[in-house]
Amino acid sequence: MAGIVAWGSYIPRYRIKVEDIAAAHGGDAEQIKLGLGITEKSVPGIDEDTATIAVEAARRALKSSKLSPKEIGAVYIGSESHPYAVKPTGTIVGTAIGLSNDYTTADFEFACKAGTAAMQVAAAWARSGMADYVIAGGADTAQAAPGDPLEYTAAAGGAVFIIGEENVVAEINQTLSFTSDTPDFWRRKEQKYPGHGGAFTGEPAYYRHITEATKMLMKDVGTKPEDYDYAVFHQPNGKFPARVAKLLGFTEEQIAPGMVVRKIGNTYSGSSLLGLAAVLDIAKPGQRILLTSYGSGAGSDSFDLIVTGRIADRQTKSVESQINDKVYISYPKYLKNTGKLA
Amino acid sequence: MRKVAVIGLGQTRFGQLWERGLTSLSVEAGVKAVRDAGISQKDVEVLYGGTMSGGLFANQEHLASKIPDYSGFKNIPSVRVEAACASGGLALRQAYLDIASGEHDIAVAGGVEKMTDLGNYSVTKVLATAADTDSEGIFGATFPGLYAMMAKLHMHKYGTTEEQMAAVAVKNHKNAMTNKYAQFRKEITVRDVMESTLISDPIKLLDASPITDGGAAVVLASEEKARELSDTPVWIAGSGHATDSISLHDREDILTLKATVEAAKKAYEQAKLTPEDIQVAEVHDCFTIAELLALEDLGFVEKGSSGRFTEEGQTMVGGKIPVNTSGGLKAKGHPVGATGIAQAIEAVKQLRGEAGNSTGAEIALTHNVGGSGGTAVVHIFRR
Amino acid sequence: MAVPKIWRKIPEYYNLIGRQCPECKELYFPVRDVCKKCGCLEMTDYKFEGKGQIVTFTITRTPISDPEGENTEIPARDVPYAVAVIKLEEGPMLTAEIVDCNFEDIEIGKNVEVVFRKIMEHGAKGVIQYGYKFRLC
Repeated sequence: MAGIVAWGSYIPRYRIKVEDIAAAHGGDAEQIKLGLGITEKSVPGIDEDTATIAVEAARRALKSSKLSPKEIGAVYIGSESHPYAVKPTGTIVGTAIGLSNDYTTADFEFACKAGTAAMQVAAAWARSGMADYVIAGGADTAQAAPGDPLEYTAAAGGAVFIIGEENVVAEINQTLSFTSDTPDFWRRKEQKYPGHGGAFTGEPAYYRHITEATKMLMKDVGTKPEDYDYAVFHQPNGKFPARVAKLLGFTEEQIAPGMVVRKIGNTYSGSSLLGLAAVLDIAKPGQRILLTSYGSGAGSDSFDLIVTGRIADRQTKSVESQINDKVYISYPKYLKNTGKLA
Repeated sequence: MRKVAVIGLGQTRFGQLWERGLTSLSVEAGVKAVRDAGISQKDVEVLYGGTMSGGLFANQEHLASKIPDYSGFKNIPSVRVEAACASGGLALRQAYLDIASGEHDIAVAGGVEKMTDLGNYSVTKVLATAADTDSEGIFGATFPGLYAMMAKLHMHKYGTTEEQMAAVAVKNHKNAMTNKYAQFRKEITVRDVMESTLISDPIKLLDASPITDGGAAVVLASEEKARELSDTPVWIAGSGHATDSISLHDREDILTLKATVEAAKKAYEQAKLTPEDIQVAEVHDCFTIAELLALEDLGFVEKGSSGRFTEEGQTMVGGKIPVNTSGGLKAKGHPVGATGIAQAIEAVKQLRGEAGNSTGAEIALTHNVGGSGGTAVVHIFRR
Repeated sequence: MAVPKIWRKIPEYYNLIGRQCPECKELYFPVRDVCKKCGCLEMTDYKFEGKGQIVTFTITRTPISDPEGENTEIPARDVPYAVAVIKLEEGPMLTAEIVDCNFEDIEIGKNVEVVFRKIMEHGAKGVIQYGYKFRLC
């Protein structure tokens, strides 16, 4: 059965506090922190972008897997901040992790679920035997216009997974998707910042797609919420995933280990995948993980994962240590690092 | 090899010369040198001109054609010489070799740089092409940065202090007071240096030579011609030139400019002199640390002791070996391609007894460096 | 800078691929086509691990600002920034930026490891050049 063979994550070191963003726009920091369920977010260094984040995460995944680069047949990186509009991130990642030329790649884009979409394709490749191992994941230096409420959460980071049939540490028992044409959040060509429908991003968008996909998955594999040791939902802020978990019948204990959003914000395509990486960092053999992403536009990919006995070899608590290794920067510096002064 | 003498000197004012272009600076220096030699343009048989980057600084290459034409040196062979900041010193050496070989009897060796047509950021970028652009410049190593890394290591290894480096700048500014061509004629204190803006830790603004426009030229002649034309010929007793890795990180020892050591060795051998015989020297002080390293690599002091030697005043006029009596690159200014020639002009003036800070010297040395030490040219002059 | 030149440097800049002399086994980084020691021209690729020590360093404060608008290249760095000469574990030395650290923590002799970063944007419309920088470890 296809599954996760190894994972790697990357969170830039820089953080900005909600207070410092609020001060720039006259917001009430305490109210915002309470409303969004976050206190600070990660910010890329001035020399970091989706490609560098994906490379660092992929290098860590490859190193952890102990695989030879020759065994990787495809690279699929999902993001909504690929450095180029035309020219793949995947070739940069493939080259920087030492792949030769005998692999395929294409970039994925589906708002915040581009990374899980890439993982589904990777699983299909592995299952079909088209490749022994595939690198798939999500990374973003999330865009948000200055002053937009999104600015409090739009963060930087990513997680990359090696998917294969052999040496699996977490089997992908099932994955499926729920998709509709729902314009809740978008960015037009050549626009720097996304637009969104405000409250419309809630019920008809985030909640509907995550609940439907998750229910479909559980029905398909015959599970109930209590069958899972961990559940990870897309994390646009600290509130939405907590509420959707409750609506679906999951507990705070099940979602807490994967709720990285509270500490680093919403890393868009990296968001639910960093949550998954954090869970894999601590999961035990035999444990069951539910993962449901959400991408505006809109769709959710849901995964039923079962941890195998090999997991301990790969666990470095990397997500936790990266969350804790941080340096705070000012709002002007944040504007500079994210290219908003250019 | 025939004996060669310097018989004419010419230079422009050094500074921010907004109204002057590259060609105009070259022509003024060259023609002044010809007049000083008591000859006319038609007597000049060959031209060697040093410029680091006419192309990047002033968008003009093929200076080997343009400069002789505009100078009135009709149809003569002319060579543009490039070795970054050592272009001038190297032009002098090539002209020297030409005459010494017997090919020509009278040559002009010139140097020029027009730097202020560009903004500071661009100038820094152009200067960085004197380091390895592929492995140094692109990764953020600027020229101040490279010398700062040498300074940092010198401090770490030998206990050299920032005040000792500042003493170089203080001395050179004092020396420039009597040089009417100098960019800065203003005395400064160690405190001024220490409190000046940090550019590249530990190098501060007043540790650094400025961005300068200027031209300089000398006329060289064979022994026969020199004795015929000049009452005060100054002989080139030794000429040495050596190279080293362009990159600081590829050097055997980051604190030794091997190119300087080798070039000096050749010049001393040819002149049958030792460092102790040198009575006055113009050395390449693009940054204060560079003068300290030069004192060591030229053999004036032991490795590591240049800071104390300078602090004691041994390189001031009246000290054991006066260094950079012209004001050096630091205060006289550093139009990179012209610097090597301007150094020779000061050396000749010292030996002619015409220098502003006269030392009465009979033997003088000049030391011109390209990049962070990729090229060095050393000349020894005698009365 | 020309695109072919950027492309040509990818192995060296992305993955620290230098050279080894097959005759005398001497290692080189940055890339050299001829062995400095024995003159051999048939050099082979050699991948360096990316671990090393700081030999010397500086914090550069020269502003990256171009009010004249003469340059399109935008270095991916902020001012001040740290640059060091680094001695790789395998022997050769290189020059690189030290990122993600407090400048007070940088010292001669400290250990560093390679990271993958943006080096330069060749104008807002041009290509993005990636390569090596280092961080304390």
